[in-house]
Amino acid sequence: MALALHTFPTVKDAGAALKAGGTRYIGGGTLVVRAVNEGDVSISGFVRSADPALSVIRISGGTVRIGASVTMAAIARHADLAPLAHAARAVGGPAIRNMASVGGNLFAPTPYGDFTVALLALDATVSTDDGELPIETFLAKRESNHAIVTAVGFTLPKEGGFRFLKVSRVKPKGVSVLSIATVLEQAPDGTVSSARIALGCMADRPIRASAAEKALIGRKLTADGIAPALAVARDGTSPPTDPIASAWYRNEVLPVHLGRLLLA
Amino acid sequence: MAKVPVQFTLNGAEKAEFIDSGTTLLHALRDKIGDTSPKGGCHQGTCGACSVIIDGELRLSCLTLAEACNGATIITTSGLSERGVLHPLQRAFLDAFATQCGFCTPGMIMAAKVLLDHTPNPSREDVVEALSGNICRCTGYEPIIQAVLTAARSNSQNAA
Repeated sequence: MALALHTFPTVKDAGAALKAGGTRYIGGGTLVVRAVNEGDVSISGFVRSADPALSVIRISGGTVRIGASVTMAAIARHADLAPLAHAARAVGGPAIRNMASVGGNLFAPTPYGDFTVALLALDATVSTDDGELPIETFLAKRESNHAIVTAVGFTLPKEGGFRFLKVSRVKPKGVSVLSIATVLEQAPDGTVSSARIALGCMADRPIRASAAEKALIGRKLTADGIAPALAVARDGTSPPTDPIASAWYRNEVLPVHLGRLLLA
Repeated sequence: MAKVPVQFTLNGAEKAEFIDSGTTLLHALRDKIGDTSPKGGCHQGTCGACSVIIDGELRLSCLTLAEACNGATIITTSGLSERGVLHPLQRAFLDAFATQCGFCTPGMIMAAKVLLDHTPNPSREDVVEALSGNICRCTGYEPIIQAVLTAARSNSQNAA
């Protein structure tokens, strides 16, 4: 079935066009064109904005702002975003990474959306044409969001402070069994002073491992030190059962992979 | 529905067509222009059989709207041979028995071409990564990897 594509010079104009029923914003096309190909008849038209600001990466004083249309490939090859390259490369194969955008990844349903897991750990802010939201707030109501995402912003973590792990059965590219991102800060004596742990595929969208975060504070990153955090890693999770893995399996292997990431 | 014009360069030749709005590039190439080298496999961005090169980047034509390609330079596998002489990648795929049913081959060759365009002397790991978005259900991948490495060596020898 043919669908109309409407391109607007500004986000504001595109936002107005999105108010029409059946329209969906199109970034790289890896979600919405896929949905149409799969038979989603609720989509009757595509809307996009050609605003060049959507494709800009701006880094100033350790603060990063990535336009919503920036692709995973652009992030992976950006020298100043090297700590995030691993997370960007976790998304699809080379062709997908040349298409998939940061903005789209925020809407990717489980078991996809690995880069959003990284953004959640980084405590990113999501900018839309209707204002800014903390990423957790955005993710909680993303299905009802009718604003156009324009950018994500976050503070670059200190060197070595960001860690990311994607677990998949097929190497080097495969759909996630789960993914984990952490941003940790340590005191001079090596104890963890702050921790953000984000999990992918452990619910219907990326979530924080809040209990594990609390259990890490004041502990050293040793096998004994992280044991209390691993013991509560599954708290609050509700992983799906899908062709990649069962909910039981995901819950069983989460502490194993979180432990490996924390001890890496 | 009203037709919309699209115009792009395909394998060095200017192409202009009127298509239904929202038509994928894969559909436009195969059914409007007649280039059937990109294959429609999963239509979900998973198999890579529809891979083409758009402005130097590997893309999936099944998830790309043709209208979004206005003014672009597109390369498909059907444009690789010159005056009947196969491209080194095509030759290497044949010689290494890297193509069996052949359905994945055009996508594999597109992915490999982008790799060799940017990394003339790739490692085996580079090749595996470059082909990681392309699925083959016949060969077990090893002949394909060897074919790409052979083509790279062939290119290096020709350039020397």
